[in-house]
Amino acid sequence: MIDHKTLITALGLLVIGTPVALLCVLGVVSLLERRLSEATTGRACQAAIIPGLLAAVGILVLMLAHGERYEPIPLGEWVIPPLDYHFSFKLVFDRLSVPFAILSFLLCGTISAFTTRYLHRERGYNRFFVLYALFLVGMVLTSLAGTIETLFAGWEMVGLSSALLVAYFQERPAPVRNGLWVWVVYRVSDAALLLAAIVLHHWIGGGDFARVLGAGSWPEGSTALSAGHALAVGLLLVLAAAGKSALVPFSGWLPRAMEGPTPSSAIFYGALSVHLGAFLLLRFSPILEASTVLAAVVVVLGLATAVYAYLAGSVQTDVKAALSFASLLQVGLIVAEIGLGLRYIPLIHALGNACLRTLQFIRAPTLLHDYHLLENAIGDHFQPSAGPLGRLRPGRFRKWVYRFALERGYLDSFLTNYVVAPFVGVFRWFDAAERRWTDFLAGRPSRESDRVRPSLMQVEELP
Amino acid sequence: MTLWDIPWLEIAIAVALLGAVGIGLFRQPARAFGWGLGFTSATLACAILAALGYELGPDTAGKLWNVQTHLLGRQVFAIDELSAPLIPLVALLHFLTALATGRTKMRRFSLYWSLASVAIRLAIFSCKEPWLLIGLLAVETVPPYVELHNRHQPTRVYVLHMALYVGMLVLGWAFVDPTSGHRTPTTWATVPLLAAVLIRCGTVPAHCWVTDWFEHASFGNGLLFVTPLVGVYAAVRLVLPIAPDWVLTSIGTFSLVTAVYAAGMAVVQKDARRFFAYLFLSHSSLVLVGLELHTATSLTGALALWISVPLSLAGFGLTLRALEARFGRLALADYHGLYDHAPALAVCFVLTGLASVGFPGTLGFVATDLLVAGAVEANRYVGLAVVVATAINGISIVRAYFLLFTGARHHSTVSLQIGLRERLAILTLAAVILGGGLFPQMGLLSRSIAAIELLEQRESRGLPTPPDFLARTADVSPRGAN
Repeated sequence: MIDHKTLITALGLLVIGTPVALLCVLGVVSLLERRLSEATTGRACQAAIIPGLLAAVGILVLMLAHGERYEPIPLGEWVIPPLDYHFSFKLVFDRLSVPFAILSFLLCGTISAFTTRYLHRERGYNRFFVLYALFLVGMVLTSLAGTIETLFAGWEMVGLSSALLVAYFQERPAPVRNGLWVWVVYRVSDAALLLAAIVLHHWIGGGDFARVLGAGSWPEGSTALSAGHALAVGLLLVLAAAGKSALVPFSGWLPRAMEGPTPSSAIFYGALSVHLGAFLLLRFSPILEASTVLAAVVVVLGLATAVYAYLAGSVQTDVKAALSFASLLQVGLIVAEIGLGLRYIPLIHALGNACLRTLQFIRAPTLLHDYHLLENAIGDHFQPSAGPLGRLRPGRFRKWVYRFALERGYLDSFLTNYVVAPFVGVFRWFDAAERRWTDFLAGRPSRESDRVRPSLMQVEELP
Repeated sequence: MTLWDIPWLEIAIAVALLGAVGIGLFRQPARAFGWGLGFTSATLACAILAALGYELGPDTAGKLWNVQTHLLGRQVFAIDELSAPLIPLVALLHFLTALATGRTKMRRFSLYWSLASVAIRLAIFSCKEPWLLIGLLAVETVPPYVELHNRHQPTRVYVLHMALYVGMLVLGWAFVDPTSGHRTPTTWATVPLLAAVLIRCGTVPAHCWVTDWFEHASFGNGLLFVTPLVGVYAAVRLVLPIAPDWVLTSIGTFSLVTAVYAAGMAVVQKDARRFFAYLFLSHSSLVLVGLELHTATSLTGALALWISVPLSLAGFGLTLRALEARFGRLALADYHGLYDHAPALAVCFVLTGLASVGFPGTLGFVATDLLVAGAVEANRYVGLAVVVATAINGISIVRAYFLLFTGARHHSTVSLQIGLRERLAILTLAAVILGGGLFPQMGLLSRSIAAIELLEQRESRGLPTPPDFLARTADVSPRGAN
């Protein structure tokens, strides 16, 4: 007779194994430049997601039946001593990870079924599903991570797949530019998380959550860090969460991400990855509890994001952008709730928001049709309301608010003018200085690349 | 007699030299290329056997056929823990570069010089006698000069830097007293050696020769001259065992500045080769940063990075080279839209590029993590700078990917698909990068032992070692210590 621990371990391996298998199959086929038929790709997704989802639900049922609240599945050390450095690979099933894993499978499954029709005969059909599989692995890994290294691995996978999917329609420059913007923000977020992981290793001697956040199951637990250390690590985690969840001042990437195909907008930026920052803060909630200043920062950041998203969302004329800001408004509130010390409410709020936004996003392409149906049903036209912004008194303040909202809080302009432009300017200056130096050393113009401006068409016709 | 009694290292060097002489006799490029490829693969096979022989076979002194002792009276070339993976790595890089050379580039990529260079590099990476090593390091700078000269390219920048490098090596080592035992060498010795290492590694401000080299050399030879990180080897063999702390701190500081500076420069480049040159400089500097922090963790991370960076950047470079072979010099000023012509190259570009910055599941992941951990352990600001450098490198790689592979689809009248040999090279690299990333333990253990050997060398000279070093040596015994 198999005991329930063994069964949970087996199911846990199935939960992580099926998305990895999907990624391997689709990735290797792509690398070999072979092409699976659309039907085969769809079936492969179903074959990965349905068992994964059932296994995750099975674990939930077993845990409820046996009154378990914390089930770790250690998968071994990647780096074994004698090095002081530990790199352990561990999954954790608790009241935070299981709902997120189930949500990931559920929404990814829905989007997979939707996409097989939505992207039918699209040139990038296979590319979408390879990135989708990478995203799914990243989401499941992040949700179930029992160590900060495991979480970081999943976090990076989600980031890469998201950025490349924003640039899915790669023949147009705008999606590609937006994809790069998203990637830049994600790199900042990744760097902050990596630093937090390393600092935790340094101060606590490992990245295992049981060690970092105490042995109690989520949301209980306490950190061994002092208030000062908790503030330092916590600020890095907040920076990581801000990048991933598009909190202020990184909110500008969220509407840009809507350049991707609707399924990816729905699942990645509207539903799942936009909540990963909140997930990270929930996972490290004992660290937030160790520092009042940190908790206050989280509340302020969440509320600022909510206000910003409300204002910017109020003036959007594009349905996907409006939905993204609506989602962001809720994410801001969820983050504020976490900062206020709530745990289950933000979790439920995140799950509900993710499901609602997925539904809204995948209905977005047929919005006009839906409106017509509704108007026909009620026999009248909808009267658009002016909204709270419209009720402001005419004057300078109203103009300022409108301008602020239309310019999306000037956040992108701020980052472009005060971060990107000086960075590029400084390094272009160095580039010019190097050119003068090598010209001097060579005694002639030294850069062949200045002179070579080949036309692709001409070069390829050369014998 | 067993397989490991055969002196595979010596055979590898001899095969490469023999091949260089042999293919010089062929007049037909295609025939010479075929034979050259054969000799390169034989060199690779021998190098792999030599490394396996070190791990599995008897000590060099215990081998039945000890060629060097018979011919030279002493053991001059030998594999140790540090060089064991580097020997097959160097041979693999040469083999894959030759394998991925298209028919149209056979005349430009000289296998004669490639085989001569692999022989020299195998000798360098197995040589521990300082003066002989310095001689080999000097000889290694000659084939690139010949390449530039034969291609009628400007050589002054290269010659100035390499002359200074060799001169400093000779000057510095001339002041090192081999009988000094525990005494620290004088400033007259350490400063020139420090300068030599910084020049060869392309550390700011002596880095311009690297970008100039990539501007004017053929891409294949450009890659092979820099990717094995010969300068880092010179630092490990000549500087690390004898240098006082301030020298290591200086190298670390210069390297750290270079890592961040080159990462920033890579972002603003408008030419693919220059972009690659800066990307490489940033990564090679990160390896140096880890070496000079002289903690066991950072040293292990740096040594692990020394394996992952050449492999991933060689793969990245070969992908760029394959694109260049089809489309000519690539400007990073506009979108090229090449994805549909070479999707495998696009995948490989992203895979190898992100492996170099330590993307999860790739060879560089644990190495980068170890390096950052070691850096934070030594100094948190150093750790921050390393993370910033890797973050910027990640941005520049994806920017280059977007510029090369996305944009309005490029229309071609001929097929631009990659060939079988190119595909084989790319898949081999992908397999090594992913395999090493998923199963890093064996490689890391070997790097950990090598790090301890290096720290032991410093300790034997009375130089400071990390506080937890002795505790670690109790757990890991270097080979032969028992």
